[in-house]
Amino acid sequence: MALAKRIVPALDVKNGRVVKGINFLNLQDVGDPVDTAIAYQNSGADELVFLDISATLEGRTTMIEMLERVSSAVFIPLTAGGGVTDLASIRAIIQAGADKVFLNSAAVANPDIIRQGAETFGSQAIVGAIDSKWDENLKMHRVYVSGGTKATNLETISWAKKMVHYGAGELLVTSMNTDGTQNGYDIALYQALTQAVNVPIVASGGAGKKSDFVTVFKSGHVDAALAASVFHYGKIALPDLKESLHREGLVMRL
Amino acid sequence: MSKENPVIVVIDYGAGNIFNVMKAIKYVGLSAKLTRDPSEILAADGLVIPGVGAYKTAMDKINENQLVVPIQKAANNGTPILGVCLGMQLLFDSSTEFGETMGFGLIPGEVVKLPQNTGFKVPQMGWNQNSVAIENTLTQGIKNEFTYFVHSYYVKTDTKYIAASVDYGVQVPSIVIKDNIIGAQFHPEKSGEVGLRVWQAFANMVSDKAVNV
Repeated sequence: MALAKRIVPALDVKNGRVVKGINFLNLQDVGDPVDTAIAYQNSGADELVFLDISATLEGRTTMIEMLERVSSAVFIPLTAGGGVTDLASIRAIIQAGADKVFLNSAAVANPDIIRQGAETFGSQAIVGAIDSKWDENLKMHRVYVSGGTKATNLETISWAKKMVHYGAGELLVTSMNTDGTQNGYDIALYQALTQAVNVPIVASGGAGKKSDFVTVFKSGHVDAALAASVFHYGKIALPDLKESLHREGLVMRL
Repeated sequence: MSKENPVIVVIDYGAGNIFNVMKAIKYVGLSAKLTRDPSEILAADGLVIPGVGAYKTAMDKINENQLVVPIQKAANNGTPILGVCLGMQLLFDSSTEFGETMGFGLIPGEVVKLPQNTGFKVPQMGWNQNSVAIENTLTQGIKNEFTYFVHSYYVKTDTKYIAASVDYGVQVPSIVIKDNIIGAQFHPEKSGEVGLRVWQAFANMVSDKAVNV
């Protein structure tokens, strides 16, 4: 039997608090990361991703404390990252209870950080994160860094291969073309990626309706689909989504 | 003689996910103590061997601290033992990871690499569905349920020890049991409510044992 396809809600964290309104949860305090994580765990999330957007040292420290509190109460895989630049940060995040750490801009600047992380904690703990945008002039998927604000000269598929070569055990790839549109995932990008590498691919960017998930799994061949807004705002309920995907013949953990 | 607060001793050999294991034990209501002290291993009400990492590195560290004999003694004394992921693999005779490395020899069998040619990605990383072969208080909680796996090697052992398994191109034992010795190839501390049932069942075994000493 194939592994279950994973549905992964993503949470933005600033100074140890979940930011962006989270409407469906009906919580007293929507910014509490523990309550939010428990609610997602109980509604069937297969994994949670925490993106630290603090951008300050104090903010990072509070995110580590937050991960400790979340991992004491939530027993599903946790992935965290955002601005991770060195082995000490990777260690701190893993020791706080995260199972995986994702590396993005820092890996572009210094790919050896992937190798160091993989050698120290195993490839399964190191996720290569890529922000990618189709460049119509160059006719290529192009890698962006610094939260999608800076273009690089890297082509996405070859950079993905390189990250895997350095030791990334999974890739989390966001399409900037589809992100925020709620018009569906970037299927062409994921088809190219799943052809090119043999590690799990997490698709991100564009989820708007249940059929978008069906398509990214069936046509994009990804292992996991990440989404934020559709879950946070209650547009799609996790149990309902997973039931639908199961009825479509996909292996789901129900 | 009964004990008020049974203590589960977690073997400290530098494995990566120790903190998550400690948290799960506390979550199901028992105390967890991290140690590499042989006397504490022998006095434990229950033993947990955690695991993420490489077989040989783990065994080197365990041998360096001379922990194999205390663990074997605890096993022979009937102390409930739970090995998780790599910790389960260490319970067996040997592994082919980096040549041949000897394990604890508590359950007959060997650890070999997942085949690469089955169309399944190696490592197995994700949620897979358990088939239960031997029903008991521990396995009833995972029957037909998905649990979270992260591993590149798996155990080959006699069917009589395989209480549950998952299909990953080959039959991968997910729960092995020999008397008081239990191994979980998946991470019960990362398998949601289903995984917590495994920790609870193990905690109950430890508590019962502690009460009946």
